[in-house]
Amino acid sequence: MAKEKNQRKSPDETQYQAIQQEKEIKRPIIQNCIKAFFVGGLICLIGQVITTFYIYFFDFTEQTAGNPTVATIIFITMLLTGFGLYDKIGQFSGAGSAVPVTGFGNSVISSAIEHRTEGFILGVGANMFKLAGPVIVYGVFAAFVIAIIKTILMKWMGL
Amino acid sequence: MLLGKRTWNFPNKPVIISTGTVGGPLEKEGKIPDAFDVLYDENWLEQNSFEQAQQVLLEEAIDQAIKKSSIQEEQVEFFLGGDLINQITPTTFAINSKDFGYMGLFNACATSTEGLALAAHMVDSNAANFVLTGTSSHNAATERQYRYPTEYGSQKPPTAQWTVTGAGCALVAKQGTGPVITSATIGKVVDMGMTDPFNMGGAMAPAAVDTIMTHLKERNVPPSYYDLIITGDLGKVGREASLELLNQKGIHISQDKFIDCGLSIYKNDQPVLAGGSGAACSTVGIYGHFLQKIIKGKVNRILAVATGALHSPLTVQQKGTIPCIAHAVSIESGSGLS
Repeated sequence: MAKEKNQRKSPDETQYQAIQQEKEIKRPIIQNCIKAFFVGGLICLIGQVITTFYIYFFDFTEQTAGNPTVATIIFITMLLTGFGLYDKIGQFSGAGSAVPVTGFGNSVISSAIEHRTEGFILGVGANMFKLAGPVIVYGVFAAFVIAIIKTILMKWMGL
Repeated sequence: MLLGKRTWNFPNKPVIISTGTVGGPLEKEGKIPDAFDVLYDENWLEQNSFEQAQQVLLEEAIDQAIKKSSIQEEQVEFFLGGDLINQITPTTFAINSKDFGYMGLFNACATSTEGLALAAHMVDSNAANFVLTGTSSHNAATERQYRYPTEYGSQKPPTAQWTVTGAGCALVAKQGTGPVITSATIGKVVDMGMTDPFNMGGAMAPAAVDTIMTHLKERNVPPSYYDLIITGDLGKVGREASLELLNQKGIHISQDKFIDCGLSIYKNDQPVLAGGSGAACSTVGIYGHFLQKIIKGKVNRILAVATGALHSPLTVQQKGTIPCIAHAVSIESGSGLS
């Protein structure tokens, strides 16, 4: 019964959804893209500055400076999230602050803060990766598939 | 007395003898800070969790409503109310130290007028002398349950709404000074197949329209009978859609008489996107702001129509639609008011 109801739309529903299409405030997509481009670019620029800093002032090479850079960026994200600023940046820039590693950091940190009231084990521990978990799961899975393709192409087909 | 199928007429005209309204920091900076008896500067209210903070909001609203009336807390017989949090715990926990008979209600953001209609019905039919009814919501507690962690940096679309941090209570009595409740129309669940949880106003508009039309028809009055028709939390999108739908059905209400609480609480430059929402939105708007207009004699008759979206995070994830409801209560200037 519920399934049937979900599949068929009554004329009233179709008509109202058409009104909604018209009345709904649209997302300003172009404006959002521009904001995301600049904020995302700015985050990457800061990352580059930090990398350069580590290479010049410490004993890092271009290959090894990546890890401390990511750690530093995530530490800054943690502070911004804890002080309640990152969600405001997120509302402004959308994908610009969600796609870089800072977005991943924010999703972990915000969940950890949020579930502090339920205790460290079932609260923080169990919920920390609630939003970031899918990124890890599908990231690992995608890497696995790509590795298989690479193996087939290079080892067996000799490309 | 039943009129038609879903409208109650209250011949004994129960009186709202006092109200209590409480708000949070964003409400304090909003358009109508005068509508609140108590305003808090921060979201935690010195509690350990947002849910406990919400409980304190309701406790304070109850205390204010009783303090402003001429009766003692012991004289209140029943409390009807609810909120948006799972198993309506903030309401239950706020009441558990009180000596009231308690009926927990859930109709999402329409709980305020659901409670008011039932309270009026109980008083009108001699089932009670003094009934308290109220709702509460807390922005962070609601965000966390329905959406993402409060500090998560996701971008909300312009159709999204901001949950009001606050609580409101009304004390309904047989006699006394205050605005009177003359009738109520109980809404039915209306589902137009809308699925976007970031556009609640759009989903709720048809429910508001259905209840308003049923009310006018069953009470046999024209829309002009009311000085104001006040919806709960339709926001920009829902208000526009409701006006369009009403127009299509041949009911013409002028723009300035069709007011939404969600658009009345915050200033235009506050970051609330399409407007306020939440169980406290209609409660503080109606009890705190619009009842004052009746008491001061600026308006005589209002129709309060709180709207609620009856989905859960689970039904949204399972690709369910958003069923909605609206209840209407007509409030008029009356007993003892100049």
